[in-house]
Amino acid sequence: MALRDQTGPFFGEYGGRFMPESLIAAIDEIAEAYEASRDDPSFQAELAELHRSYTGRPSIITEVPRFAEHAGGARIILKREDLNHTGSHKINNVLGQALLTKRLGKTRVIAETGAGQHGVATATAAALFGLECTIYMGEVDTQRQALNVARMRLLGAEVVSVTTGSRTLKDAINEAYREWVTSVETTNYVFGTAAGPHPFPAMVRDFQKIIGEEAREQVRELTGRLPDAVAACVGGGSNAIGVFHAFLDDPDVRLYGFEAAGDGVDTPRHAASIGRGRPGVLHGARSYLLQDEDGQTIESHSISAGLDYPGVGPEHAWLADLGRAEYRPTTDTEAMDALRLLSRTEGIIPAIESAHALAGALELGRELGPEAIILVNLSGRGDKDVATAGRWFGLFDEGARQE
Amino acid sequence: MSDAVTRNAASVESVIRARRDAGSGALVGYLPVGFPDLDTSVDAAVALAENGVDVLELGVPYSDPVMDGLVIQKATQTALERGFRLRDVFTAVERIRARVDIPVLVMTYWNPVMQYGVERFATDLASAGGSGLITPDITPDSAGEWIDVSDRTRLDRVFLAAPTSSDARLRQTVSATRGFVYAVSTMGITGLRTDLDAAARTLIARLRDAGARTACVGIGISNPEQVRQVLEYADGAIVGTALVKSLAEGGVSALAETASALSAGTRLN
Repeated sequence: MALRDQTGPFFGEYGGRFMPESLIAAIDEIAEAYEASRDDPSFQAELAELHRSYTGRPSIITEVPRFAEHAGGARIILKREDLNHTGSHKINNVLGQALLTKRLGKTRVIAETGAGQHGVATATAAALFGLECTIYMGEVDTQRQALNVARMRLLGAEVVSVTTGSRTLKDAINEAYREWVTSVETTNYVFGTAAGPHPFPAMVRDFQKIIGEEAREQVRELTGRLPDAVAACVGGGSNAIGVFHAFLDDPDVRLYGFEAAGDGVDTPRHAASIGRGRPGVLHGARSYLLQDEDGQTIESHSISAGLDYPGVGPEHAWLADLGRAEYRPTTDTEAMDALRLLSRTEGIIPAIESAHALAGALELGRELGPEAIILVNLSGRGDKDVATAGRWFGLFDEGARQE
Repeated sequence: MSDAVTRNAASVESVIRARRDAGSGALVGYLPVGFPDLDTSVDAAVALAENGVDVLELGVPYSDPVMDGLVIQKATQTALERGFRLRDVFTAVERIRARVDIPVLVMTYWNPVMQYGVERFATDLASAGGSGLITPDITPDSAGEWIDVSDRTRLDRVFLAAPTSSDARLRQTVSATRGFVYAVSTMGITGLRTDLDAAARTLIARLRDAGARTACVGIGISNPEQVRQVLEYADGAIVGTALVKSLAEGGVSALAETASALSAGTRLN
């Protein structure tokens, strides 16, 4: 079977549906509606039209030669998911799940968010479709991504700051599950990444695989061939699986996922689930997980809220074990340096998440040499990260405050 | 109930049925291991047994407890911060069983069991005198290994049923369950609720139709009147949050009073 044909619930020994019985009926309902939508031309046409006239798809590719000078002279091409409406790849998945919500006849959506991009995309779709919307976000993240909290509220969503556990993405998911148990009859859970119980990993991937499908053709048109390497950052892994998927059965295209290494993978402060975790069950699926000897989840750390998650989607765990994709660490410092470099050489300010993939591409370019073509998924833009970058690089005038 | 401390507890199902056959029903009490510390949690569990609780449900503190409300989350987070280790569960079960003759079920999220090793966990639980597991975040269709292991080790396996469960799923749950079926009374996580949901009554009736011999209702019960109401149609009433709250606020003596008051709901008028 082609690698592209995996539909879950299992990817090798990963994935599955380890969930409370209270949520099984709702998950089954989503799986059923999703399967029906895949073969439904009217659903696909409606989604395609939203991509075209609302999101702004296809997103362009941009070659970045001045940035590539720092990568051993390899050609680097960016897939510009940062130019999508709402500023990241998250909208691709959300529009699909919002259409499913309508088909399920539900009137309210909930979602978790880390960096706030998935929350913003969900709040946006809720506004567009006239759905009520509540977003769960860890308290640590509501502080470091305050701009996105305001955006969600401006869009009419309620934002709940989650104060339990590590107060980051994993706890936002816990709280969203808890809420969903009590509201499942009226509410659909719009899950943001290619993780969680079946059907979410396969469904989110299918809504995101348009990234790689477009980019594969665009790179071929620009360069006359397929890229040698595809690079993406990996938190839960939705942008990475989205750009990888079209290339899974192209044996000459190497796939690289870059996990957030925080202070370094050999320190206690990182989020490298594949690099330093071992298989376990969290949030409904079996996958690599940062955990202690007793199976208690270990808190992850990353400067990037969107990658600050101790688990990873099951398809990535499977691709890692197969050796089809290679997962490497990128530290906070490497990512921030790459963020500044792209800003200064190309006039593009990337999200800190995406900057992990850019840092990885610099390393890959030096390894693969000047003949190499590297496709990088620029999954989001950096507007939301200006405050973090300002503090990191000391860009604010002393005492200055925006009133 | 007991005249001697025995190594093998009466089975969970036989204890519940004995209470039901006597015209009432059982009180199942939940407390987390290690809260506020290991020794006190053992004393607290013993206090439940001595104050009218028929079956103990010992919770394993876990970092990501998606089925627990705030009161229990706070208690289990405290236990973790104070150094709870998974092996403390077996110590606690053994020490409780040495002091009171009551069946002890362990309520645990699945990842800790997986990491410890399902077979090893079952063996250690059985040799500590535990009766089985309640597993809130897995369902029979995802529990193949546990079903095999619990058959070999003769441990009970309590699965949950919800008002939204289909008839087919209820039948699957009933046939996979040993001990009792744990009916979730409201579409809710654990926490205090002033009114019991009529959904519980319907769910129990559906479980009986699906062949359930013993079914208990949990989540939402906080006073003796609610215990009495539940026992009109169910075989047991499961209380958690109200007990944990009482232990957190007033220690073991307050907990004993709460348990005793709740158990009045199991007495015949």
